[in-house]
Amino acid sequence: MSSPTTTEPTAPAAKPARRLAVDLRQYGILAALVIIIGLFEVLTSGRLLMPGNVNNLIQQNSYVLILAIGMVMVIIGGHIDLSVGSVVAMVGAVAALAMSQWGLPWWAAVVVALLVGALVGAWQGFWVAFIQVPAFIVTLAGMLLFRGLTLIFLVGGTIGGLPDQFVAIGAGWLPSWLGTIGKTDVLTLVLGALACVALVVLQVAARNGRRKLDLPVEGAASFWGKIVVAVVAIMAVCWQLANYSGTPIILIILAVLIVAYSFLLNRSVFGRHIYAMGGNLFAAVMSGVKTNRVNFAIFVNMGVLAALAGVVSTARAGSAVASAGQNYELDAIAAVFIGGAAVQGGVGTVTGAVIGGLVMGVLNMGLSILSVDAAWQMAIKGLVLLLAVAFDLINKRRGGR
Amino acid sequence: MADQQTILRMQGITKDFSGVRALDNVNLDVRRGEVHGICGENGAGKSTLMKVLSGVYPHGAYTGTIELNGAEATFSDIKASEAAGIAIIHQELALNPLQSIAENIFLGNERARRGVIDWDRTAIEAAELLAKVGLDENPATRIVEIGVGKQQLVEIAKAMAKDVSLLILDEPTAALNDEDSDHLLDLIAGMRDHGITCILISHKLREVRRIADRVTVLRDGKTIETIDMSAPEATEARIIKAMVGRELNNLFPPHQPNIGRELFRVEDWTAYHPVDTSRVVVDHASFTVHAGEIVGFAGLMGAGRTELAMSLFGRLWGTNVSGRVYKDGEEIRTATVDEAVSHGIAYVTEDRKRYGLNLIGTITTNISAVALARFARWGIIDRNQEYLSAEGYRKDMNIKTPSVSEVVGRLSGGNQQKVVLSKWLVSGPDVLILDEPTRGIDVGAKYEIYSLINALANQGKAVVMISSELPELLGMCDRIYTICEGAVTGDVPRAEATQESLMYLMTMGKELR
Repeated sequence: MSSPTTTEPTAPAAKPARRLAVDLRQYGILAALVIIIGLFEVLTSGRLLMPGNVNNLIQQNSYVLILAIGMVMVIIGGHIDLSVGSVVAMVGAVAALAMSQWGLPWWAAVVVALLVGALVGAWQGFWVAFIQVPAFIVTLAGMLLFRGLTLIFLVGGTIGGLPDQFVAIGAGWLPSWLGTIGKTDVLTLVLGALACVALVVLQVAARNGRRKLDLPVEGAASFWGKIVVAVVAIMAVCWQLANYSGTPIILIILAVLIVAYSFLLNRSVFGRHIYAMGGNLFAAVMSGVKTNRVNFAIFVNMGVLAALAGVVSTARAGSAVASAGQNYELDAIAAVFIGGAAVQGGVGTVTGAVIGGLVMGVLNMGLSILSVDAAWQMAIKGLVLLLAVAFDLINKRRGGR
Repeated sequence: MADQQTILRMQGITKDFSGVRALDNVNLDVRRGEVHGICGENGAGKSTLMKVLSGVYPHGAYTGTIELNGAEATFSDIKASEAAGIAIIHQELALNPLQSIAENIFLGNERARRGVIDWDRTAIEAAELLAKVGLDENPATRIVEIGVGKQQLVEIAKAMAKDVSLLILDEPTAALNDEDSDHLLDLIAGMRDHGITCILISHKLREVRRIADRVTVLRDGKTIETIDMSAPEATEARIIKAMVGRELNNLFPPHQPNIGRELFRVEDWTAYHPVDTSRVVVDHASFTVHAGEIVGFAGLMGAGRTELAMSLFGRLWGTNVSGRVYKDGEEIRTATVDEAVSHGIAYVTEDRKRYGLNLIGTITTNISAVALARFARWGIIDRNQEYLSAEGYRKDMNIKTPSVSEVVGRLSGGNQQKVVLSKWLVSGPDVLILDEPTRGIDVGAKYEIYSLINALANQGKAVVMISSELPELLGMCDRIYTICEGAVTGDVPRAEATQESLMYLMTMGKELR
């Protein structure tokens, strides 16, 4: 038994932080992604990160990432959406019908698809927000309803022969407007460089803005260290893409979505209201948050993004089939939770959800390259989801006290 | 010297949390059969000490020794301490509202044979236990159907069912009205007849004074002293001095009222219960508040004070709400929270954890929550301005935190209350309705909140203060309304008010009308 200690307590000086502390746990999921990539890179003897595979990783997983962006907002708000897989299938069917039977041009079909998505979202949002039916029930019903409608729309089974421009959305690349050096596409490298410049300019401007107001700023070493890592990562991806077929069109769409939705969640009043609602619904109501409007908007947004995912996956497949989008909702939900969102709501980020989606994508691809049986792939993904969330919880518990 | 008198001896208890010392060489001796009070400000280490005692922090996670009945105790978890006869009743009750009283009493301790519950035995023993705690209810009644005061008694019955010899009560009367509190305190005082020793943690010194035999005071994780309450010098002032380390001559800061024009008036306000829609809960209530005036609402639990405030503020409570609200002489609408806020009304809830705060959000986002639009243009938030505003309130309100980016759930109760107040002050209100603004916070923080309320009144704001503590109302308010069964039964200037006169109006009021 230890005897009573007589040391004086060392009171931690509560000086206001001049420098922002870097919360390492925030980067846990990113570290997991890097480790998984490294692991498979070794296991596949370098095949994982070959240009073609980097390209496929983006094109194959684009729909999950799009869905995950919508889903993370739904989950932060304290809901769930089980219907997105069925919505993907139905919207794909409607878009294909629009082009092949109603004779609409491809762009008009996309607009119709997104409108249908908005309608679906409004339908589900109405029940959740104004009738207060739990989202689990509403979207479980939606899952059946929209799958059924898909089967009704696609009486023939499959609609193929979609126009090339439409297919390009999911499976095409930007043309090599700036030519090539050897086999390397210049445009891709230029776009990557522009993205890097934009990143540096915005980050430095934000940092200077904080400094001007005498607010705490991150230490220079970690600030520039992160930027260097990000720039290297962006340019490495662009280099591989440039050596394959150039910039996938879907990558542009994804980049815009990630930036726009990160901004929306972090900086807009709407985004803040979603976090407030998920954190404490009562407190949000008593602070004047119009929760039914926010809920409605969350679901309309999810519907539109599900429709976009439907367009992308239909384009990539080149045809609309009734079985499209099966289990997509589960992939998206898994991505969001691997990305650090809380089951009770109130916690989550767009970047986390995207990284979570990439973790699943890299696993899929790595295991496929290793020719692991599809059944085992599914089992492994299930375990990864469980372990990721358990690890996150244990981590928080330790840090939380 | 393991004498028969001592049931519990904790010696040299020290407990660190990642570098922060929560308990520092704490000693506690509890005699068999006594009621032992533990007092201390929030953060003094009371809860941590009780968690050490009950095995929440297992043996090895702290240093020091625990002797129970003369033998050293090394609890590995709560189950182990329960087996040794220790039970804790927490501030937040841990009953399942949808199960019956009897089911709750024997939860985890079922009267069963080979896993099959013996319902007859359950009912009979539950009835016996209810008789012991003086609760006249059918054991088959569901918990939702009885009030908080009775629920507290069920908790005690539950502990007694486990053959407890040492019962720890953490702020047992925090949510109770005076009548229920009295009953509970009598029950605790009589526990020794059942062979039960009680440790009572309480902020309410009157209660401690009334029933504790001895009181141990903790401050900053250390034992300050153990006071024998039968000694003549054992006064509330003495305990307060030990708790805060300074003499508190004035529990309430001085306040020179500067009362101006009539700012807020409510006429004939009536609201019905949202479920039992035939029951009138707020009954034609009318009141006025002037600029610079602090007006108190006194009433027993269930009198309808919170319901009055919440139905006024955006119809957050009640159905069939009717009546008229005037501000500066003009009738205004307050049917939604938005409308109420836009007319400069703020309502600070009595239940900050449930209704007031996003506990997983940061101090910054909580403070900006009501008036987010002030920091936004075209729906986009200027987070630097938001941060600066929070930082300003941190300084003005003396919110003790390393940074405003800290999560609110980690703050102490007093500091959380300051965050809730800040969040409403950002909206720039003229009329503040403060519902139990000092509930569950320590003496030092209370004084700060009182000073703040005075400062707000001096700025010409109209302040409504709802409180269950009459001394608080008498110490703070310029005028006090009494409420009984939903109706306003008295309007008493401070000079004429006494605890007795208010209590009379609070209990008898309706018959007097």
